[in-house]
Amino acid sequence: MSLKEDVRFMQGNEAIAEAAILAGVRFFAGYPITPATEIAEMMALRMPQVGGVFIQMEDEIASIAAVIGASMAGFKAMTATSGPGFTLMQENLGYATIVDIPCVIVDVQRGGPSTGLPTLPAQGDVMQARWGTHGDHPIVVLCPATVQEAFELTIEAFNISELIRNPVILLSDAVVGHVREKVTLPDPSRIRIVNRRVTNLPPEQYKPFAAGPDGVPDFAYRGKGYRYHVTSNVHDEEGFPATYNHKVANELIRRLHKKIEFYRKEITYYKTYRVEDSDVLIVAYGCTARSAKDAVNMLREGGIRAGLLQLQTLWPFPGEVVEGYAKRAKVVVVPEMNMGQLVGEVERCICRKAVRINRVDGKMISPWEIVDAIKEVFSHA
Amino acid sequence: MLDIKKYLRLSKLPHIWCPGCGNGSVVRALIMAVDKLGLSKDEIVLFTGIGCSARTNVIVDFNTIQTTHGRTLAFATGFKLMRPDMKVIVITGDGDGAAIGGNHLIHAARRNIDITTILINNSIYGMTGGQYSPLSPQGTYATTAPYGNIEPSFDICKLVEAAGATFIARSTVYHIQLTADLIAKAIAHKGFSFIEVVSQCPVGYGRRNRMRTPYEMLMWQKEHAVLVQQAQRYSLEEMKDKFLIGELFVNKEKREYTELYEELRRKLAEGGEG
Ligand SMILES: Cc1ncc(C[n+]2csc(CCOP(=O)(O)OP(=O)(O)O)c2C)c(N)n1
Ligand code: SF4
Repeated sequence: MSLKEDVRFMQGNEAIAEAAILAGVRFFAGYPITPATEIAEMMALRMPQVGGVFIQMEDEIASIAAVIGASMAGFKAMTATSGPGFTLMQENLGYATIVDIPCVIVDVQRGGPSTGLPTLPAQGDVMQARWGTHGDHPIVVLCPATVQEAFELTIEAFNISELIRNPVILLSDAVVGHVREKVTLPDPSRIRIVNRRVTNLPPEQYKPFAAGPDGVPDFAYRGKGYRYHVTSNVHDEEGFPATYNHKVANELIRRLHKKIEFYRKEITYYKTYRVEDSDVLIVAYGCTARSAKDAVNMLREGGIRAGLLQLQTLWPFPGEVVEGYAKRAKVVVVPEMNMGQLVGEVERCICRKAVRINRVDGKMISPWEIVDAIKEVFSHA
Repeated sequence: MLDIKKYLRLSKLPHIWCPGCGNGSVVRALIMAVDKLGLSKDEIVLFTGIGCSARTNVIVDFNTIQTTHGRTLAFATGFKLMRPDMKVIVITGDGDGAAIGGNHLIHAARRNIDITTILINNSIYGMTGGQYSPLSPQGTYATTAPYGNIEPSFDICKLVEAAGATFIARSTVYHIQLTADLIAKAIAHKGFSFIEVVSQCPVGYGRRNRMRTPYEMLMWQKEHAVLVQQAQRYSLEEMKDKFLIGELFVNKEKREYTELYEELRRKLAEGGEG
């Protein structure tokens, strides 16, 4: 049997939609917003073709609610939006975390706050993706820099979501969303697909929120005797509200966080470029990592040994990875299209200051800007 | 004889409601309807939102899912689209369904998706302690309307009818048999069905509005409800402080949403243009 690789020229948003379908998504609910709309348009076309459902809801609150409803029915489900819509989704995102319901939310970032720069790229939602919903909650955020990565990380977003039964956010941006690039689609048989664990206990013994060492409970499909309760309040292993039980509350919230810690290694994705001997370590993510890679080459031509650590998993923050690669670097640089969001995490992990390069005018950070900023540091050294 | 215990999670009793609250009666009416239709407990998914009304699904032995405040119909829409074989029922409150969830209510009605919505209208936000809702009558008192409510209220049945629902009814807790019959009809109806059940919240509403006991509140329901078949007996003047109960509107022509979607998929599978 021959494997069939497929090389295509695709837009980032289109790659996300295709990857989601390959990952097994069968429900999409969304609301139009630039620069994410193409994902909904693709899904409107493709979902009914593959036996799934597309629905345009009345707003983003309803979109994520419908997505969670579909996932509660046992199906892989997703939505896609940008800053303003992502903000509206936050309450229900928290709901999904407390009831262990997997789903994927794509945020194609644009300039904010508010409708800010509606068509231009930004990376201002890094902290919203982590802390947008209230209360201590687990979350996983993946961030692609190319169309190829958008494709691959979309599949991983679904896999992680099903593995740990938690929402996963794919934090894209207007550059990655709209750029057209060459993508190599693997033979579908080569794509690793993860599905949520389903209980093999009979209904009388099944506890919907009881979990083993990994903290992830087993799922049960409805309509076959598993008539369990689900509540947004703190609940016991059987799913019933336990709002005055401090012990149950403590155990539940800690279990939710345990899911992330247990699988931390498996859900941490990053790439390195020429880091073996680097005196300068650039830590970048998303579209900014594209410029950072060019900057590394330009700096090396000029005699400065630079390297790139590209974070693909932003949350849980891969602190040990950053710390490890930063060890031998004299200078750590964090370029971001925001006023400095992930840099705080980087500094916290390396216990020293990083060089910040920030841009919030809707223009990408160019390789030259990064090069200049680093040369500037060396000229003072 | 109705074996009500068969449908209850007895270990979850007693419930948390105040003495005289109408919510328990609505649960009873729902169980009567389910029993009458001969539905299995497994095929029913009972969704609720937030509020005292949302506690109804803790005590019944169906598939039960309580969601966020007002968003229940959007959750239920996603679920129903993926499991059209299951009977999806939503219980909501007047704040949950008509205020924060109003947008989702009109859009679910417009789509005519096969979901039955029971809105328990106790004219007040019960769980948060008695604030006025969009269904609190003008002139009534609430903790956030200490000088009397100056806001006009919705006729929620008319609103849902205008939005496109295809079965609409109203009843009261006092008229419990009628409520059960209407819920049964609503569940059997293919399309978006809506029942407003006028209920009592003695704690949050009654005691601030000159109805000191649950009994007085039930008598108010009895005296102010007019069966739709008997409406012509009353003059317009007499009807002014009364409200209609019974089946208010039925449309059997409008196509149901999940069926339309299935038809679209079938056409695509057969190679058509959809
Ligand atoms: C987003 C959000 N806003 C506010 C609340 C607080 N809250 C809880 S119950 C409730 C009112 C419920 O009133 P109603 O729907 O009339 O139901 P009842 O308690 O009377 O049954 C409110 C405002 C909440 N839980 N979530
Ligand atoms: S506050 Fe009102 S609605 Fe809530 S349980 Fe008490 S009586 Fe019922």
